[in-house]
Amino acid sequence: MGRFIARRLVQAIPTLFGVLLLTFLLSRLSPSDPVQLMLAGQYDVTPEERDSLRHSLGLDQPLPLQFLAWLWQLAHLNFGNSIYYHRPALDLILERLPNSLQISIAALIVTVAIGIPFGVIAAMRRGHIEDHAIRIFSVAGHAIPQFWLGLIFVLTLAVQLRWFPIGSMNTVGVDCTFCWDRLWHLLGPVLVISVAGIANLPRILRTEVLEVIAQDYVRTARSKGLKERMIVARHILRNALIPVVTSFGTILLVFFSGSLIIERVFNWPGLGRLTFEAAVGKDFPVVQAGVVISSVLLILSYLVRDVAYAWVDPRIKVR
Amino acid sequence: MATQATTTATPLMQPAGAERSAAGLWSDALWRLRRDPTTLAAIAVVVTMVAVALAADLLAANFFHRSFTQQDILSNYEKPNGTEPWMWLGTDELGRSQIVRLLYGARVSLFIGTFGALTAFVIGLAMGLTAGYFGGHWDDLVVWLVTTLNSIPLLYLLLIIGVLFRLEPLPFAILLGGLGWLGIANYARGQTIALREREYVVAARTVGSTAVRLMVRHIAPNILPLMIVLAMIEVGQLILIESAISFIGFGIQPPTPSWGNMLTNASQYLGKAPYLIYPPGIAVLVTVLCLYLVGDGLRDALDPRLRGAVGGGARK
Repeated sequence: MGRFIARRLVQAIPTLFGVLLLTFLLSRLSPSDPVQLMLAGQYDVTPEERDSLRHSLGLDQPLPLQFLAWLWQLAHLNFGNSIYYHRPALDLILERLPNSLQISIAALIVTVAIGIPFGVIAAMRRGHIEDHAIRIFSVAGHAIPQFWLGLIFVLTLAVQLRWFPIGSMNTVGVDCTFCWDRLWHLLGPVLVISVAGIANLPRILRTEVLEVIAQDYVRTARSKGLKERMIVARHILRNALIPVVTSFGTILLVFFSGSLIIERVFNWPGLGRLTFEAAVGKDFPVVQAGVVISSVLLILSYLVRDVAYAWVDPRIKVR
Repeated sequence: MATQATTTATPLMQPAGAERSAAGLWSDALWRLRRDPTTLAAIAVVVTMVAVALAADLLAANFFHRSFTQQDILSNYEKPNGTEPWMWLGTDELGRSQIVRLLYGARVSLFIGTFGALTAFVIGLAMGLTAGYFGGHWDDLVVWLVTTLNSIPLLYLLLIIGVLFRLEPLPFAILLGGLGWLGIANYARGQTIALREREYVVAARTVGSTAVRLMVRHIAPNILPLMIVLAMIEVGQLILIESAISFIGFGIQPPTPSWGNMLTNASQYLGKAPYLIYPPGIAVLVTVLCLYLVGDGLRDALDPRLRGAVGGGARK
């Protein structure tokens, strides 16, 4: 297993390099000048001062050298300073990251808790009303704009009915992470973001379950007189779930990407909202760091997914 | 799962009693499509949307008598009512007619979805075919590109681009296509690898066909039908992405109305004009839903064996 993880880590290096290269090239190809961005609003800057700033930032160097210099900085965990907060961009991000992870992890739990039963029910009751209902939910869940669902949630359940808070992480005056107040605030963004996962998971699981049901060992289990519940849990699900692990890649991607918008709709102070606000304020170092960090997290989650896959299905390691 | 190849469609699932002569792939698909009311209804909705979007100028001038920027402060925050056609969906804080803006929004969304998907289709097909056919370093490069782009959450990437560049609809559509070809390329690559060593391809190679001819005449036609389905689904996904990125203010810029930036505006007046929030969202939902249904229906019609096998994945 150790060797497998090591090999996957090595494979992640070119991907990470690609992400960094793309982020770097984008920032350099743009018509907007970073010096201009940094000095926005300051009119008493002489051209000489401008040039010396350009030189001190290394922007007069050839592109490949600039890229290497930037990589060297990143290797020292230096993402530059926020233009707006005058603090290291990485610190800002690390402060907000746990808030975002709370949403993602909770959404993952909700997705699994609802998505897996849905998939099994759809397959076991194939052609019945439950199957059709789950299929309709699945297609609609793919087609609905996540942020709009969030807006509707806020408008109807929070603004009009006042069942849920309108946004933010805690009621004013309350400050806690593990308490009912936080859970109450968390429920909105988590439910909305989970819809995408719950739409995705049953679709794949249903196909897999249908395939496993036709296997001989399931028939054997039935003829032994095992209870239906036992057959589903021990014989069907165990095998049907293996390929489903791969689909978590798509689900995680949707969660990561979706957090950017959901955090804005629910006014949740996470990585997504920080990056968004930095983008509005043209605080480029923070935007860049946000993109790099979220990509690194995504690459790491892919890694965890692959390791989990190899763990549940040892045949994978050989490949 | 039957994901191997889309060979010529032999009527495997011909119901008893149905009389028809041997038919080609497309007429065969048409025959099946005609017996699928859900897909037919979805096609009707999409066609109506496109027609209405194309006729936006005509409708705005002759029926609604309002342009999409026309303000009427005296009748702002008007709830949806039937007094005059332009008030059917109410007015916003500046008294602009929501239904007219929705019409022009349809234009932007459908334009971006279609052009973006077309770009994605061309890039995806070219990349997937060549990578699968030639293999080697080129294949490694394409796979690396796909993995890399798949490792950056798309909205974050669009955000960084939105900070640095100001995007008009056409470049925006091409950009979305340039980032959305991954699924199509993956599929084309896999299929090409599967087909590369088939007898008929080997036979064609033996008689001296060039690589280009092999790809264009012998491999591409076999994977094209499902590629078209994937492109159809891509149109829907790009409409979703466009609305999301326009909603946060980094896509289509006002005063050009798009369904996304209409929702930005609506979200600022939740208390005073909650009715503004529904029409653009429902428009996106219905359009994307119908595109997915058309894609699903087309896939089943083109090759019933693949029911449920590809497409419909969410990438946002």
